[in-house]
Amino acid sequence: MVRFLEQFINGLSVGSVYALIALGYTMVYGIARMINFAHGDIIMVGAYVLYVCKSIIGLPSIVSVIVTIVFCSLLGITIEKIAYKPLRKAPSLAVLITAIGMSFLLQALSLLIFGANPITFPSVIKVSPIYIGSITISGITIITFVVTFICMIGLTYFVNNTKAGSAMRAASEDKPAAELMGINVNRTISMVFAIGSALAGVAGFLYISQYQSLMPTLGALPGIKAFVAAVLGGIGSIPGAMLGGIMLGVIESLSKAYISTQLADAIVFGILVIVLIVKPSGLLGKNSIEKV
Amino acid sequence: MALLEVKNLGINFGGLRAVDGVNLTIEEGQLYGLIGPNGAGKTTVFNLLTGVYKPTSGTIRLDNESIVGKSSSQICQTGIARTFQNIRLFNNMTVLENVKAAFHNEFKYSLLASLLHSKSFSSGEKEMDKRALDLLKVFGLDIYADEYACNLSYGAQRKLEIARALATNPKLLLLDEPAAGMNPQETSELMDTIRLIRERFHVTILLIEHDMKLVSGICEEILVLNFGTELAKGTPDEVLNNPEVITAYLGEE
Amino acid sequence: MEKKASNNMNLKNNKNFNKKIIAVVGIVVGYILISLLANGDLLSRQFKSLIVPAGINIILAVSLNLTVGFLGELSLGHAGFMSIGAYTAALFTLNMNLPGPLEFMIAIVLAGLIAGLFGYLIGVPVLRLRGDYLAIVTLAFGEIIRSLINSFKFTGGAIGLSKIPRYSNYTWVYVLVILTILLSYNFVTSRYGRAIKSIRENYIAAETIGIKVSRYKTLTFAIAAFFAGVAGALYSHNFGILRPSDFDYNKSIEILVIVVLGGMGSIRGSVIAAILLTILPEALRAVNEFRMLLYAIVLIIMMLLRSPDLRAKIEENEKLPKFIKNFGKIKEGGI
Repeated sequence: MVRFLEQFINGLSVGSVYALIALGYTMVYGIARMINFAHGDIIMVGAYVLYVCKSIIGLPSIVSVIVTIVFCSLLGITIEKIAYKPLRKAPSLAVLITAIGMSFLLQALSLLIFGANPITFPSVIKVSPIYIGSITISGITIITFVVTFICMIGLTYFVNNTKAGSAMRAASEDKPAAELMGINVNRTISMVFAIGSALAGVAGFLYISQYQSLMPTLGALPGIKAFVAAVLGGIGSIPGAMLGGIMLGVIESLSKAYISTQLADAIVFGILVIVLIVKPSGLLGKNSIEKV
Repeated sequence: MALLEVKNLGINFGGLRAVDGVNLTIEEGQLYGLIGPNGAGKTTVFNLLTGVYKPTSGTIRLDNESIVGKSSSQICQTGIARTFQNIRLFNNMTVLENVKAAFHNEFKYSLLASLLHSKSFSSGEKEMDKRALDLLKVFGLDIYADEYACNLSYGAQRKLEIARALATNPKLLLLDEPAAGMNPQETSELMDTIRLIRERFHVTILLIEHDMKLVSGICEEILVLNFGTELAKGTPDEVLNNPEVITAYLGEE
Repeated sequence: MEKKASNNMNLKNNKNFNKKIIAVVGIVVGYILISLLANGDLLSRQFKSLIVPAGINIILAVSLNLTVGFLGELSLGHAGFMSIGAYTAALFTLNMNLPGPLEFMIAIVLAGLIAGLFGYLIGVPVLRLRGDYLAIVTLAFGEIIRSLINSFKFTGGAIGLSKIPRYSNYTWVYVLVILTILLSYNFVTSRYGRAIKSIRENYIAAETIGIKVSRYKTLTFAIAAFFAGVAGALYSHNFGILRPSDFDYNKSIEILVIVVLGGMGSIRGSVIAAILLTILPEALRAVNEFRMLLYAIVLIIMMLLRSPDLRAKIEENEKLPKFIKNFGKIKEGGI
């Protein structure tokens, strides 16, 4: 029972990170109708930026984290401007391939700068663990929960209660109509990429605090899994991303503990396939009918 | 026996009743018009007839055979072909290939024949080329056979779409705003073409149109839709003099 | 007019006949060239060892092009099909004791069939999906296959298989490359090819002219997977060892890069790009570290060239040579 609870909490913690990444995916997909394959790699960039700020330059932790988030946000805007914007009218296949190219580009650049060998990077989070009975909850897990929760609340408030948020919702429903209503669609898309990438930066910080080892490929797999989470929860839905992320984290953690470490990935991807076949709109997503 | 018999057709999108209680009987050889203001549900009716959407209520019978629940490709094989309001050609394929693609179910050589380019492949292709060129000639498009569809003029693209639909050898041809974006001269040419294809291909035609002149000029019977329901039905004269129709189009006085 | 058309057809037939002769001569000359390259002193040992991998990449790229270029659906799990073929063939030759060539031939056919069967099975449930969702599902399947191979005992788990007989040589590869190209070319120029191209262009219109979209999607996936399986068989019998990590997501992307560089919908392009991208990293030793960067740039630049605005600018500029203008364009049918 203790083992189960520990694995469950571990799953919640991993799942929270997935949820943060999934939020970015969902927002970008909602407005740009594309899977931003580079999203996962922004997490990796975030982790490296944090490492450079903290370990190489020696900035204080809090400053490093802020620099990381800002850097990722700007990176997201830049990627959108350079690579995706020119292809907005091109077939989705072209955009998808460009996004894969971007993902490779980020990995290739960090490979050239930092090399392929893993770099150990101790956590910047220094919070003491909590003990409940015989269960230990680490400080990192607690911080992960808190940060994810705050981001989620903040984002929901922003999307539902601010002018910029309603512009985002309008643009994701119908871009030409939004444009006619005086919404600057280009700026709105930029903003979505900025917010999504900032969340990826936060995820990078939390992820690297948990795993404490830097590699150019570290973002790829969590990125794809977070996409699975976004689909599971219903793409385009913020609570869906949250739910999907946490469910996926728990499922993964429990499969690793009770079934097989090697098969955990197969199980995660198997869930994606099943969801897409049974209910492509996900748990909390809306059904949509294509207009002919 | 009517060729097409639609009874009480309806579809819901979420809470919206987009089409409701539409009845339609088209006799073989008829040229039937479907008109109505924007958003009246005309294209939705086409989508229901061709299986793009599944109706929530009602029956559709072609030659006394129910086609509700069939896929678009099966419906095509039972004999309904269509064009689209926003032209949907195979842009990066040649004009000839656009038509040949529609022969898909008529000239069936096997996968093995395809892979080996065997005799049945060559004879099938040759026959298809000939038939496709003949069909294109009717529309004056044979000179563009090797041109990419996207390079055609707007009017020619509309014609090609009709040619492609005819290539499936339909009993019923659905034309969705064939004159949209055409100038008066092109429109009158189109009217001639539509009459011509009815004669030549012995096909029944149901068309959606905004151009009143075109509709009243060639249609024998008209159904007017408004907000997804039937507003009026009858000959062009009856319908166009119907006060309700005038109100729907021009607004209250 | 009528006469002209029939004249054109006769011309076409003659052309086709001439084409066939040219093709046969080309294939023979090609084989002589390849054997000269493989046996003569023209190439260093290092480059001779690239002949088989180049051929494998050609088969992979041409087959992936069927899905990406002609059907217009992004498949990110091609390496998964390749791995199924590789393991099937390896397990067959490891467990059989038939004479070499016969054993290898059966292994190749079996590899193709099993991989094709998986392609079909995967196609069936996902046929309702398209675009982004289909792409991500193919990626998921690729990863599922890899982690299953990783955890099975009979595939050797993470260590993989070794001591596989090294049957692959330039003759096998050459024959299979030619077969792949010919069959793929014939496929895309047939009514089947027309059907899948029309699905790429507009699947709704394709469906309304009577083309069963889902059927042709699964068929294309199965055929592409078949050839990927064949390539896998050649791969496993080239170095004699197999590891599940050889077939990860990056391998699938590597094949995609070849297809994209050669031009989606161009078989000839895939062949040239496959050779180029096999040799280039070896020829420019220094570039080896930059391989990933090269791939990234290829993907991004080739796609940006398709941006409608940029395309218009390129086409208006008369000074640019033709081959640059054709870069990134959708090409049709050509071998």
